[in-house]
Amino acid sequence: MSVSVNLPTVLRVHAGGTKTVEAEGATVGEALRDLEAKYPGLVGQVINDEGALHKFVNVYVNDDDVRYLSSLDTPLGPSDEISILPAVAGGAVDQSGFPGEAA
Amino acid sequence: MAVYGSMTELIGNTPLVDISALSPNENVRILMKLEGQNPGGSVKDRIALSMIEAAEAEGRLVPGSVLIEPSSGNTGIGLAMICKARGYHLKVVLATNVSIERRQLLEVWGAEIIESPGAEGSNGAVRRAQKLAAEHPDWVFLYQYANPANPKAHYEGTGPEIWRDCPEVTHFVAGLGTSGTLLGVGRFLKERNPAIKVLAVEPPAGEIVDGLRNLEDGYIPPIFIEGNGAELLDGKRIVRPRESIEWTRRLTEVGVFAGLSTGAILAGAVKTAAGIEQGTIVTIACDGGWKYLSTGAWTDDLDTVESRAREITYF
Repeated sequence: MSVSVNLPTVLRVHAGGTKTVEAEGATVGEALRDLEAKYPGLVGQVINDEGALHKFVNVYVNDDDVRYLSSLDTPLGPSDEISILPAVAGGAVDQSGFPGEAA
Repeated sequence: MAVYGSMTELIGNTPLVDISALSPNENVRILMKLEGQNPGGSVKDRIALSMIEAAEAEGRLVPGSVLIEPSSGNTGIGLAMICKARGYHLKVVLATNVSIERRQLLEVWGAEIIESPGAEGSNGAVRRAQKLAAEHPDWVFLYQYANPANPKAHYEGTGPEIWRDCPEVTHFVAGLGTSGTLLGVGRFLKERNPAIKVLAVEPPAGEIVDGLRNLEDGYIPPIFIEGNGAELLDGKRIVRPRESIEWTRRLTEVGVFAGLSTGAILAGAVKTAAGIEQGTIVTIACDGGWKYLSTGAWTDDLDTVESRAREITYF
């Protein structure tokens, strides 16, 4: 299944400045690992050496934080979108990784 | 109605109002706790009082003490109100992109404002305050993001008030800023009824934080980590600025004039209502709409307000 992955400003450097990339996978983890082949260095920023989500990264399927779903095993549907955002203090969320937001 | 000994006695015991007319599901009630009724105008009065009284009890705060705190507005305003009455001098580290009314209110209460760059958002204000606190060990740094008196105010106040007024609550939906409200209320309610779901709504974008250079600059409030927030929460959802403004406007249909973060929380609550069969959702109106009039949120063209809302920090 092909899904869109929206990248925050801080990660776009690994994807040639692109805001949204396409990935293949039936789960969030599969889709993210699919990106590693195309954009070396990107996924290492999101998934740590233990294979879990990096502490300061939040990953959303549509609007829901996957940490409270099934994390990297969260299944993906045909029209789902993945968004990656850094964790910041309340009062200032970087939403540049979402579609339709000013970049 | 009794005579109150001081304004701080008016903090808490806020009203819970039925706004189910806005529920998309006729089998789901939505109730909103109006924290704008607090004397300083927001939910943050609760933690301001709780943190100050904890520091007084520890002997860290004495008349004449200087305090420093990073705030996007409401905590600063609550602290400033109490500090003025009790003879403390408050310095607030404030991002430059907050609404003008927040700055004006801090000035009303005599707080000193230290500016931090708007592009760095709350992260920048927190870092600046930490640095200044380290350089001035004689200043009292309450640090709302790490102070156990923050969730305690909600565990002992907001949570019991909700349980008293609405024991049939099935879902609690609140904003995730310092995480104090979710941790305190969430823990209290789950101790009473473990079936209650606790859901976080993440703030809509203030300034787009392009200042964040790498992910190691990320920030998770220490109280969220210490309070096992990740285990307590049943879900976390992000809401966009446009939805926040739309639901802030919809609230006026039921007579509630609230700030933009309340619109974001309501947007989350409405989605929750649409996704369950039946239940009673309790949610929070963080503050009134007064401090946001300059944003034109209720009256200007939606696209204009949306783009303006990106430039201000309002959670």
